[in-house]
Amino acid sequence: MAESPASGATPGATPTPTRLIVAEATVVVMPRHIKLRHDAGRGVWLILAPERVFSPDPIAVEVLRMLDGQINVGGIADKLAADYHAPRDQILGDVVAMLQDLADKGVVRAAAAKS
Amino acid sequence: MNEITPTVKTEAAASPACARAPVGLLAELTHRCPLQCPYCSNPLDLERSNVELSTADWQKVMREAAALGILQIHLSGGEPTARKDLDDIVQTAAEVGLYTNLITAGVLLTKERLARLAELGLDHVQLSIQDVDPDNADRIAAYKGGAAKKREVARWVKELGLPLTVNAPIHRQNIKSMSKIIDYAVEVGAGRLEVAHIQYYAWALKNRAALMPTREDFMKTAEIVEAAKERLKGILVIDFVVPDYYAKYPKPCMGGWGRGIINVTPSGRVLPCHAAESLPGLTFDNVRDRALGDIWLNGDAFQKYRGTDWMKEPCRSCSRKEIDFGGCRCQAFALTGDATNTDPACSLSPLHEEWAKVAEVESHREPPEFIYRRVGKSGAQGGHSDGGQQENV
Repeated sequence: MAESPASGATPGATPTPTRLIVAEATVVVMPRHIKLRHDAGRGVWLILAPERVFSPDPIAVEVLRMLDGQINVGGIADKLAADYHAPRDQILGDVVAMLQDLADKGVVRAAAAKS
Repeated sequence: MNEITPTVKTEAAASPACARAPVGLLAELTHRCPLQCPYCSNPLDLERSNVELSTADWQKVMREAAALGILQIHLSGGEPTARKDLDDIVQTAAEVGLYTNLITAGVLLTKERLARLAELGLDHVQLSIQDVDPDNADRIAAYKGGAAKKREVARWVKELGLPLTVNAPIHRQNIKSMSKIIDYAVEVGAGRLEVAHIQYYAWALKNRAALMPTREDFMKTAEIVEAAKERLKGILVIDFVVPDYYAKYPKPCMGGWGRGIINVTPSGRVLPCHAAESLPGLTFDNVRDRALGDIWLNGDAFQKYRGTDWMKEPCRSCSRKEIDFGGCRCQAFALTGDATNTDPACSLSPLHEEWAKVAEVESHREPPEFIYRRVGKSGAQGGHSDGGQQENV
């Protein structure tokens, strides 16, 4: 399900990577080389990525800070729905879309894959 | 979510003409390089090793960069691994919280050294390739065995758990490999592929007739990349840079002069772009004499073409002036003799048509021999190269 680095494969053969499709049960994490940082000088949160800097919106920051390797997408939606008194279904849809976008940009990946 | 690194893809943003601090610093640690690629982005007058900054100088630059608010350090060259003190520089950069990116040809690396760099805090590796066909790649770089070594280095990068970008400059002598280059990037486990058509300054301008693809071949690459982007969504991020000879509007070079990127040469000169020394009448400060932040905000070279006040027509009244910032000053100067002219890449330039015709003509002629990048020769053919030296600094 996740892009899998060449671990446990026959030497020389790289397993074909596939796109992570984010769903309610998915657990995503930020790989080691993605750094979420508060930039005091600019007064903003930033995501440092290979040759990229992204400026996440406040909800994205909140979601990214929840990623502990345990919580799944449904769990994130539960928390946000409770915190914002908003309909869970709608929140879930938004979170899935956001994390799918972040996964496609390489900012998050499935927790199961070793970085 | 917006990307704030100024790149060719950056959307028009109503940002101030001068940001408080650049986002990225391109550190050209040395101009020494064992490869001799004829499209090298280094200036024709390559700096020699005896003028290079010391380890302590570069460490000071890293500390000043972090204090200024710079986020990412691109350790480049020449070949940055030709400096034996790269490890010390990476260590300092990581300690002060900079995101460290090694831009390398790979051929001088050992797995042990790469592992040490990763341990010291290196965040990312960008590995260049010349082609997927080893013979052609080695011919382009004038370096035997380079292609095979690069494949090995790519494997080490992945084994060490570092993220990898493959960078493949595209031109008429490797353009037919476009699909295979994309496959290569997936095969070696890259998360990102940069397929940038050559930009024709410095060495590449000297070799333009040997490098310029035909419009038809260029269009094909654009199609291949578009299809691959869709097919490889979530697997490989592809950044594609078009050759501006075939574009309608110029690129916002460096995301705009003095807006987001700062460049330090091997000898410590601080430039708004790596080619800026080709422009006449600019004085460049040196990190040995002046603080980086002061240079960025107040240095003559940074003020000269920052913002839009310096513009003439057709730029001055153009609605795109804060999108592309008049294109590239260096290209404007090299091809029109006046750096304040609009870049001839722009269809509004009176010289655009004549200029675009050059590409049409050259790309259909038999390509001349490469003029290889060699130190001290400014592109003269022959002569010895000290590019592969690895003396201590």
